[in-house]
Amino acid sequence: MNASRRATLVKAVTFVLALVPMIKLGVDALLGRLGVDPVSEIENRLGWWTLVMLLATLAVTPLNAWLRWTWPLRLRRMIGLFAFFYATVHFASYLAIDQGLDFSAMLDDVVKRKFITVGFAAWTLLVPLAITSTNGWRKRLGQKRWQALHRLVYLVVVLGLFHFAWRFKVLEDAPLVFAGIFALLMLARVAHGFVKRSRARARASREANALGVPIR
Amino acid sequence: MAKRTDPRVSEITPEHVYLRRRDLMRGGLALAAASALGLGARRVFADGAKPASRPPGGDSLTVLKHVDDAGGEKQNSLDEITHYNNFYEFGTDKTDPADNASLFHPRPWTVEVAGECAKPKTFDLDELIRRFPLEERVYRMRCVEAWSMVIPWIGFPLASLLNAVEPTSKAKFVAFESVLRPEEMPGQKRGWLEWPYVEGLRIDEATHPLTLLSVGLYGKVLPNQNGAPIRLVVPWKYGFKSAKSIVKIRLVESQPPTSWNRASPSEYGFYSNVNPDVDHPRWSQKRERRIGEFLRRPTLPFNGYATEVASLYSGMDLRQNF
Repeated sequence: MNASRRATLVKAVTFVLALVPMIKLGVDALLGRLGVDPVSEIENRLGWWTLVMLLATLAVTPLNAWLRWTWPLRLRRMIGLFAFFYATVHFASYLAIDQGLDFSAMLDDVVKRKFITVGFAAWTLLVPLAITSTNGWRKRLGQKRWQALHRLVYLVVVLGLFHFAWRFKVLEDAPLVFAGIFALLMLARVAHGFVKRSRARARASREANALGVPIR
Repeated sequence: MAKRTDPRVSEITPEHVYLRRRDLMRGGLALAAASALGLGARRVFADGAKPASRPPGGDSLTVLKHVDDAGGEKQNSLDEITHYNNFYEFGTDKTDPADNASLFHPRPWTVEVAGECAKPKTFDLDELIRRFPLEERVYRMRCVEAWSMVIPWIGFPLASLLNAVEPTSKAKFVAFESVLRPEEMPGQKRGWLEWPYVEGLRIDEATHPLTLLSVGLYGKVLPNQNGAPIRLVVPWKYGFKSAKSIVKIRLVESQPPTSWNRASPSEYGFYSNVNPDVDHPRWSQKRERRIGEFLRRPTLPFNGYATEVASLYSGMDLRQNF
C-alpha cells in the first residue's frame, strides 16, 4: 500500500473510532442500558468524550516534538471537529431535555449558574475554531493569525475542566485526572520549548566557535 | 408536568387527631402485632449465641399501616431506588453504594439516644422495630442535585423514639451521627466529607409527624446502599438531611454542625428546605428530574409538603436560613 493510501486508511479508521462512543450511546439507549438516570448518563458521556477528544488534539504536538510522530498531525483536525461534534450534541441534549428547548431559561442558567456559564463559554469558543478549521480559512487568515486563533483551544479545555469540576457537589476524581493529563500535555510542550531553545543556543555557540566568531 | 393531587386523608386530618389515631390503632392492633413479631422474637432466641447476621424473621418487615404522602405520584421501582444513591461513604458515583454494599454489615446495630433527656438509652435495632409499630410511608425525596424519587419508606416516627427518652426543656435541637467504619466503607478513607457524617434538625422539625426513622423499603429491611439498617427521612428537605446508617441521636441545646454545611457553607445550609426560589450557587433549584421521567418538572416549595410544614418557618427569611 502506498503512503497516500495508508494515510487515507488511517483517517478512515480514526473517523470510525471517533464515532464509536456515539454509536455505543445510541445502542445503549435503545437497549435501556443507560442506568437509572438515562438523561444524566447521556449528558455525562457526551461531555466526557468531548474532553477526551480535546485532550487528544493537544497530545499531537507533544507526540511530534518528543517522539517524532507525524501521523497524528494529519488527524488533529478531524479529532478536533469530533470534539466540537460531541460538545454540540452534549449542549443540545441539555438544551432539549433539561431546558425543554426553553432558551430564556437556558440563558438564565448561563448568566447565573457558574457551572453552566463556563460550559456555555467553552462551547461558544469552539464555534470559531470549527468554522475556521478548513484549509480555505487557514489561507484567508494566514498561518500566524490562524494559529493564534486556534490557541483558544487551551482556554476551551480550561473552561471545560471547570465545567466538569463544578458539576458535582464535591470535586470528584474524574475532573482531577483530566486536569492532570492536561497539565502534563502542557508541560510537555513547555519542556520541549526549553529543550529546543537550549539546543539552538548550543548549536549556535558551536558554530560560532568553529568560525572563530563571537556570539552575539 | 404532574400536579399535586387532592390531599390524602392523612394530610387534612388535624395533627393531634392524626397522632391519636395511631395510638388507638396501636392499642387495638397491639395484640396482633405482638403475636406476629413474637414469632420473629422467637427466632432470635432460637439462634442463641450466634451473632445475628440476618434480622429475626428474615428480611421481611410487618407493616401495620400504609400512608401515601406523595399525592398518588408514581413510586420509583426498587431497582431504581437501590441503584442510584448518594452515599459517599461508599464512593461518589451513583452506582458505588450498590457496588460496594456487600462490604457493609448492618447487624448487630444499636442506636444511642442521649443528651438533654430524662431517660437516655441505647436501643438495639430489633428492640426499636419491636417497640414502634411500622408504617409504610410513601414520600417524595428531592436531592439537592435536582433529581427526585417517590419512595415507599417503612419506619416509625422519630417523635415516638424521642418521646420514649423524654426530652427536657433544654432540648432545642436533635443531632444525628452516622456510622464510622472506614474498613467497610471505602469512601470514608477519602476526604470528600469529614467522617462520620453528621446532621441535625430543630426539635420541632424532629418531632414533626412527617419525620421518619426508616428501617425498610418495599416490605423488606433497608438495603445497605439505602442507609441500612436505620436512617432518617425528612421529606421536605433536601435528601442529604436524611442521614443514613444512624448510630447516635443526641438532644442538644444549640444548633449542631452538619456535614454538608461544614464542607461548603455557602452551598448547603442547616435548614436546606426544598425551595425553588433559592438556587444552589452553581445550579438552579427551580426544576428537578424525577427519576424515570424524561423532561424536568417544577420543584415544589417544601417538596410539596408546604401544608404540613410551612408553619414551622413562619416569619423566617428562607433565603437567609437556607
